[in-house]
Amino acid sequence: MNSVSKSLLMKKLFVLLFSLLTISAYAAEAPAEEGGGFKPSDMILHHVADEHKWEFAHGASLYLPVILLDNGQVHVFSSKNFFNEHDEEVAYNGYVVEHGHIYKANEEGEPIEDYKGLYDFSITKNVASLFLSVTLLLIIFCVIARRYKTNAGKAPKGIQSFFEPIIIFVRDDIAKANIGPKYARYMPYLLTIFFFIWFNNLLGLMPGSANLTGNIAVTMSLAVMTLVITLFSANKSYWSHIFATPGVPWWLAPIMIPVEVIGIFTKPFSLMIRLFANITAGHIIILSLFSLIFIFESLAIGPLSVAFAVFMNFLELFVGLLQAYIFTLLSAMYFGGAVEEHDHVEDMGYGDGH
Amino acid sequence: MELVTPGLGLIFWQLVTFLLVLFLLTKFAWKPIMRALNEREASIENALSAAEKAKLEMQGLKAENEKLLAQARLERDRILKEATEAGNHMIEAARNKANEEGDRMIANAREAINTEKRAAIAEVKNMAAALSVEIAERILRKELSNPQAQQALAQDYIKEVTLN
Repeated sequence: MNSVSKSLLMKKLFVLLFSLLTISAYAAEAPAEEGGGFKPSDMILHHVADEHKWEFAHGASLYLPVILLDNGQVHVFSSKNFFNEHDEEVAYNGYVVEHGHIYKANEEGEPIEDYKGLYDFSITKNVASLFLSVTLLLIIFCVIARRYKTNAGKAPKGIQSFFEPIIIFVRDDIAKANIGPKYARYMPYLLTIFFFIWFNNLLGLMPGSANLTGNIAVTMSLAVMTLVITLFSANKSYWSHIFATPGVPWWLAPIMIPVEVIGIFTKPFSLMIRLFANITAGHIIILSLFSLIFIFESLAIGPLSVAFAVFMNFLELFVGLLQAYIFTLLSAMYFGGAVEEHDHVEDMGYGDGH
Repeated sequence: MELVTPGLGLIFWQLVTFLLVLFLLTKFAWKPIMRALNEREASIENALSAAEKAKLEMQGLKAENEKLLAQARLERDRILKEATEAGNHMIEAARNKANEEGDRMIANAREAINTEKRAAIAEVKNMAAALSVEIAERILRKELSNPQAQQALAQDYIKEVTLN
């Protein structure tokens, strides 16, 4: 068999695979179009997105407080007001909730799309989950810190001995290895983002919990903080690498400077997208696997779905740790690039070989 | 689009909460933990370096001991050699002395023998002289017992005297 026919066969296989996938996708959407049936995409998006009540299960919801800033006026009320006794969304006090967003309502209770000046600072499911996770973080690490006081100079015990190697790993293999001698001042931030992301990744895997680290607002905030710290700790050689890259002729500056300036922002942007996409994708895959049961409306699919979902869950446990590590590692690399005294140009000043 | 549109409220709460947690954890957790870890590492480092130093000291002591031992061994060897030499020397000296004594004794003996020999020879000579004188006397007595012979002899003597 020659190579031409081989590649032709490969192409055919790909087409076959593709058509199979699209058929199953159509099959998934088919019942949704009939109305009233199961809509997996709606269900999945609803689960990975934010909302104003915390629904642990059907009928077991925690109604969270709504805080609205409407043209300078603050409105605080329970989100229970948005739902009637049949758990249907209703307008309240001139506001209405739709797909997790609060809009100003008109007289018919329909949202006004182009209403200006309404800002939603509600304690949503994600915010509540955020509070829960940081409470957990504070309790655990304050307990550990106290252990170090009471158990000073001795070998670590219990929870302390579980987290100590991780803290040392963050210090030695993430901070020291990538930042260099000035690592100490970044340690609190690196440790906090590492454990914040890891804890929230794991909490997000629990049934009924929020998808906090899979929310772009959260990952954006984290990435912006990394960017701000990078820019504020940047030394002269960091800026000189951007505005006068060594070894590049001066007449290339009109190309180099915009590229380097864009480079400043693409790095935190990639951090934001990477964490968001990895965590959300994991949630979507697990939810899709469970949706299969309802799509095929067959009990026989159950064990298969569960088996795959269990596998995915284990994978997500790993991904949760991995993404926390990657976010922290890359942040450390960016800090390292900002504080490094450049004596070589091979790594273009970022220490990560980009 | 819904998924990739960051919500303002969540950004606000995330930033506020995260910065607060960062502050609290830094103050109450990370700083004490890092300090404790550094202290412990420093103490371990110190203990290790002290152990290393002790080891080096031990090695130094051992080397010193070895040196002393080697020195002692050398000393012993030297003493032994000296003793052997002295012994040999003494034996040699004794032997020489004995040889000398023997030689001297032999020489003495030889001298004594010679003296004795000379004395004996002298005695023999004396005795021979006495004997010959006696014999000569006896012969003369016998010869001169007849008057003719006495005459002859006197003749001879007179002849001799006249010649002189």
